[in-house]
Amino acid sequence: MKRLELWLYIAQRGSALVLAPLVLLHLAVILYAVSGGLSAGEILGRTRASLVWPATYGLFVVAAAIHAAIGLRVVVGEWTSWRGRSLDVAMFGFGLLLLLLGLRAVRFIA
Amino acid sequence: MTGTLRVEIWRGAEDGRFEAFEVPTQPNQTVLDLVTYVQRKLDPSLAYRFACRVGVCGSCAMTVNGTPRWTCRTLVRKVAADGRVRVAPLRNLPVIKDLATEMAPFFDKGQEARGRFIPSDPSAKAVATIPPEDPKRKEADGGIECIGCAVCYAACDVVAWRPEYLGPAALNRAWTLVNDARDGDATGHLQAVAEDAGCHACHAHQSCAEHCPVGLNPARSIAGLKRLVILAALRGQL
Repeated sequence: MKRLELWLYIAQRGSALVLAPLVLLHLAVILYAVSGGLSAGEILGRTRASLVWPATYGLFVVAAAIHAAIGLRVVVGEWTSWRGRSLDVAMFGFGLLLLLLGLRAVRFIA
Repeated sequence: MTGTLRVEIWRGAEDGRFEAFEVPTQPNQTVLDLVTYVQRKLDPSLAYRFACRVGVCGSCAMTVNGTPRWTCRTLVRKVAADGRVRVAPLRNLPVIKDLATEMAPFFDKGQEARGRFIPSDPSAKAVATIPPEDPKRKEADGGIECIGCAVCYAACDVVAWRPEYLGPAALNRAWTLVNDARDGDATGHLQAVAEDAGCHACHAHQSCAEHCPVGLNPARSIAGLKRLVILAALRGQL
C-alpha cells in the first residue's frame, strides 16, 4: 500500500481520539460500580438492558485493537531488529487477537 | 583558569578508542580550541572539521561529554566536568576518522525531504512582498536560521532507532518552504515528507529543540508538517 506508514499513523492517532473519552468513561463506570457495591449480576442486568453499553464497549475494543497493534509494531521495529513483512503479519495477528478477545467479552455483556 | 585539562578524544573510525591529552587551559577557551591545540601541538594526525569558528558554518559539531554541541561556541568552563572533557564524533553518522563524520546521509535527507526552493514564478522580476505579520511568514521565520550542523540529527533518538528517518533538520527545512509564499510546490514538499520515513515517524521527544545551538525548534516544525500531511492525505491531495 502506498504510504502505509502514514496511514497507520493516521489510524493510530484516530483510534487514540476515540479511546481517550472511552477510557475516561470506563474509569467512571468502574468507580460507580465499585463504590455503589453492585454485584456482577446487577451490572450485567444493566448492560443487557440497553444496546448502548455493548455498542460503547464494542467501539472501545475495536479502537484498542487498532491502536495497540500499530503502536506495538512501531515499538518493536525501533527497539529490536525485527522489521518487514513478518512483523507486519505478526502485529496484524496481535490486533486480531485483541479484537476477538475483546468482542468475546462484549458479547457476554450484551 | 590556569593549569592543564585532561581532554579525551575519540581516535579511529567506528572501531576506536579514546586517547587522553593534557591541554593548557586559557580564559574563554572553547572546545574547538582544545581540539585545535591537540592537532597543532600534540598530534598532527588528529582529524576534525571546522571552518568559520564563529557559529555560522555549522561544520564543527561534535559530541562533548555525551552531548552534541557546536564546539566553536561551547566554552570549556561550561562543560568541563571534574576538569575533564571527552570529545567524540557526532552520533547517528558514519565516522570517517577521529572526530570527522561522513555528513552525506544528513545532507542527502535534505534532498529526500525536497528541502529545496521551487519558485512559483521563475521569471519573476519584482521582489515578493510578504508582510512580517503574515502567519505563514511567522511560521517560516521560526525555522530559517538553520546552519546545517547536524546537532539535532545526532540528538534524535528516532534517527538512532530508524536510520532511514529523514530527521529534524530536513523536515524543518521542508516546513519553512511549505510556509514560503514564493514557493510553488507545497504539495510536492508534503508528498516528500509523507513517505514512509517521513514526519509521522517523529515521537516529539524534543531532543532537537533542546540541543539546537541556534535555538530553533524543529519539533514544532515537524508537528506542523504532521497536521498538514494528515489533512492532505484525508483530502486525497497527496
